[in-house]
Amino acid sequence: MPNPSELALNRRDLMVVAGACAALPAMGASAHAQPAPVGAPVLHDVSFEVNGRRHALSIDTRTTLLDALREHLHLTGTKKGCDHGQCGACTVIVDGQRINSCLTLAVMHQNASVTTIEGLGTADKLHPMQAAFVRHDGFQCGYCTPGQICSGVAMFDEIRAGIPSHVTADLTAAVVASETEIRERMSGNICRCGAYSNIVEAMVEIGGRQG
Amino acid sequence: MKFEIPATQNPIDQTTVIGQPRDRIDGPLKVSGTAPYAYERHDAAPNQAYGYVLGAAIAKGRILSIDLKEARAAPGVLAIVTASDAGKLGKGKRNTATLLGGPEIEHYHQAVALVVAETFEQARAAASLVRVDYAPSQGAFDLAAEKERAVKPPSEESTPTDTQVGDFTGAFAAAPVSLDQTYTTPDESHAMMEPHATLAAWEGDKLTVWTSNQMVDWAATDLAQTLGIPRANLRVVSPFIGGGFGGKLFLRADVLLAALGARAAERPVKVTLHRPLMMNNTTHRPATIQRIRIGATKDGTITAIGHESWSGDLPGGGPEVAVQQTRLLYAGANRMTAMRLAVLDLPEGNAMRAPGEAPGLMALEMAMDEMAEKLGMDPIAFRVLNDTQVDPEKPHRPFSMRRLNECFRIGAERFGWSRRSQRPAQARDGRWLVGIGVASAFRNNLVTKSAARVGLDRQGVVTVETDMTDIGTGSYTIIAQTAAEMLGVDLDKVIVRLGDSNFPVSSGSGGQWGANSSTAGVYAACVKLRETVAQTLGINSSEAVFTDGEVRAGNRSVPLARAAEAGPLVGEDAIEFGDLDETHQQSTFGAHFVEVGVDAATAETRIRRMLAVCAAGRILNPKTARSQVIGAMTMGAGAALMEELAVDTRRGFFVNHDLAGYEVPVHADIPHQEVIFLDETDPMSSPMKAKGVGELGICGVGAAVANAIYNATGVRVRNYPITLDKLLERMPDAA
Repeated sequence: MPNPSELALNRRDLMVVAGACAALPAMGASAHAQPAPVGAPVLHDVSFEVNGRRHALSIDTRTTLLDALREHLHLTGTKKGCDHGQCGACTVIVDGQRINSCLTLAVMHQNASVTTIEGLGTADKLHPMQAAFVRHDGFQCGYCTPGQICSGVAMFDEIRAGIPSHVTADLTAAVVASETEIRERMSGNICRCGAYSNIVEAMVEIGGRQG
Repeated sequence: MKFEIPATQNPIDQTTVIGQPRDRIDGPLKVSGTAPYAYERHDAAPNQAYGYVLGAAIAKGRILSIDLKEARAAPGVLAIVTASDAGKLGKGKRNTATLLGGPEIEHYHQAVALVVAETFEQARAAASLVRVDYAPSQGAFDLAAEKERAVKPPSEESTPTDTQVGDFTGAFAAAPVSLDQTYTTPDESHAMMEPHATLAAWEGDKLTVWTSNQMVDWAATDLAQTLGIPRANLRVVSPFIGGGFGGKLFLRADVLLAALGARAAERPVKVTLHRPLMMNNTTHRPATIQRIRIGATKDGTITAIGHESWSGDLPGGGPEVAVQQTRLLYAGANRMTAMRLAVLDLPEGNAMRAPGEAPGLMALEMAMDEMAEKLGMDPIAFRVLNDTQVDPEKPHRPFSMRRLNECFRIGAERFGWSRRSQRPAQARDGRWLVGIGVASAFRNNLVTKSAARVGLDRQGVVTVETDMTDIGTGSYTIIAQTAAEMLGVDLDKVIVRLGDSNFPVSSGSGGQWGANSSTAGVYAACVKLRETVAQTLGINSSEAVFTDGEVRAGNRSVPLARAAEAGPLVGEDAIEFGDLDETHQQSTFGAHFVEVGVDAATAETRIRRMLAVCAAGRILNPKTARSQVIGAMTMGAGAALMEELAVDTRRGFFVNHDLAGYEVPVHADIPHQEVIFLDETDPMSSPMKAKGVGELGICGVGAAVANAIYNATGVRVRNYPITLDKLLERMPDAA
């Protein structure tokens, strides 16, 4: 059975580094100390904002942010395509950065601000990126779509912040939201229906508008 | 409605709504994340529990014992289902292996247990405590090794095992120019983005499943058969499907296990196949070995064409019908095809997007490129010369339409084909060797019975109900466009409800038959409703014109809604097809053009440009149809360059069973894609005069990529996928 003091320590550790990738090695180290899957679920309190609304949860420490959204908050717009960080369907924006919500635990996000597809726009009042996807038919089955859109919105923020990518030729000049840059930066979001050509068109239109 | 004679002028020809590039009507739901997929139906049943599937750890053998003690005692566990306590189970006629294995194990990751618990985390943890003791037995896993033991599978009318016309052997031997080559295609995975998922709930002996399935009626029939319950006690709901590509044509383990789990736990249970389970638990496109022989005169006229294919499947399974298109694509007096089937104890082989045609054309269209080179001919000129306007096996049977040559002509002009060097490895752009390639796209047009119900209410709102599915194909939209055109209203007056076994049985989504067949079914139901409306309004139905929300006849003009003032009106009918597909060969055609760059030093291939020119009857919605084609081109690019399920031939399973190991194209792999549709209508296909494009788009793409790589490098790789390791040793001198 887990030792409560050990868990308390872990939780503090986790909160300190919440949102940073350093949190993952910390979890790995603590996992060795517990016979994890056998025992009763260890519940922890966590509260964070999703789409501007505060949620307080008492949640199994094994629950990913993705499952917290889908199964606990019933925000099913965020999709589970692989649960392994391989497909990008679960992309959400946490404290301004896009992440794979399947690769992070809900309890790691105390006080975080999470934006999901539901927070960008609604079917009646679409976000410009959502509307561009409809206009350009940037999807078919729709299952990767929320992840593509969240990823795209955050990607343009990264470009505006001047963060270079593998294909950025000039590291000293301002990064331009070219098709090549978009394709490179969006390659963590798989679309098996193969709507890439249309997705890039939608994003070029939006990126151009946003300067 | 029987469709037995070619279509004449009908309301669809107005093309005020149909044929227009309208945005998807389900688009706002999908982009806002509010389209409900199967695993997300929190609304559908209260108190849902979670099921987690355990897959077999051996490819073949027996379960000696299963120890469930620890798992049962784990926190939150409500029930565990295994074959030994699931009761007597049948098997759906479309499944080869059983969906719940034990004691016999037929393939790796065949489901052996479902653990049901209060939460997903608890179910997953408890599943890791199930101890299974296996007695593995010897299996056959290597197609190349089993090739000599392959047998002639039973012949089916639509896909005969062996065909012969004239004297192939003699003509091939006598041909002044000939080609005899062998090509291989690997096992491939559908890898749709939404894993198979089902929520099941029992009410007494009545079962409802909310699932993700392309063929609602097949799923219902096969689930009833498997559970041994009356079909009438079953409802299957599948309104949104996160991709299928053939992987969701059939009843799979998630549906059966959710139903069994819900019965055992006495609560609604939802089950998804987790990603690493999918590739071995479900079906895949089987690998092939294909031998192609072509003989021609010196001027390039084909005199002999032969295509043989070897593939494998579980006992009772079928062959990959990779030779089918060779029977029809090119002229040639002497012809043969043959398929042989080996028993392999790998997971079940079955349909994936353009089954047969996709791998078959990857081989045939590379062979055509090789043959053109032997003849010293342009690859397009060689194909054009050997075009046929009749079924080459039955010359009295014409194609209903065949404009393949026009596809090549238009494509060549648009793509700049004339700039291609006939000699390979001539064009260079910096570090890139540049080449362009071409291939024919060819897929038959299948038609199948499809029914629908169309209602009109007093607000003038039209509601269409059919068990048709939209797997990303655009069914919602083209069905709405059909009803709008037929009843003279705009799209905002049409509601479409799909994917429910309570609705009339449709064609479903598969074999690129869905768009034409299902909209023809809606057409038939609309014709019925138009008659009822006219009758209600006292208008002669043969004079009635439905337009702008009104019904007009002579000087009279009545709002459509008025017909439903006394109560809603309903028209229900099915389209049933006569023998026009027998008297005339109905097919779809296209030409794929691809430009690649191959890195002179590393042999990395990058696709630079892609164009498809398609001739596929009336295009019901050019926007969604184009998406079908570019998506298929993307999947074809994957097949050419990266997709391969790696077989562990000792342990008998696909090793790379997730999306990191099984590589599919990503954004960076795919350039801007162009699609041109020829303006045509095919009155032989249906009142819609449409055909399908969803599979046409993948046919031939792989070979066009391969041919472009050859044109760039002069290196011919006949074993797909064409990865850099296969090119590297033979690359031209990088200096």
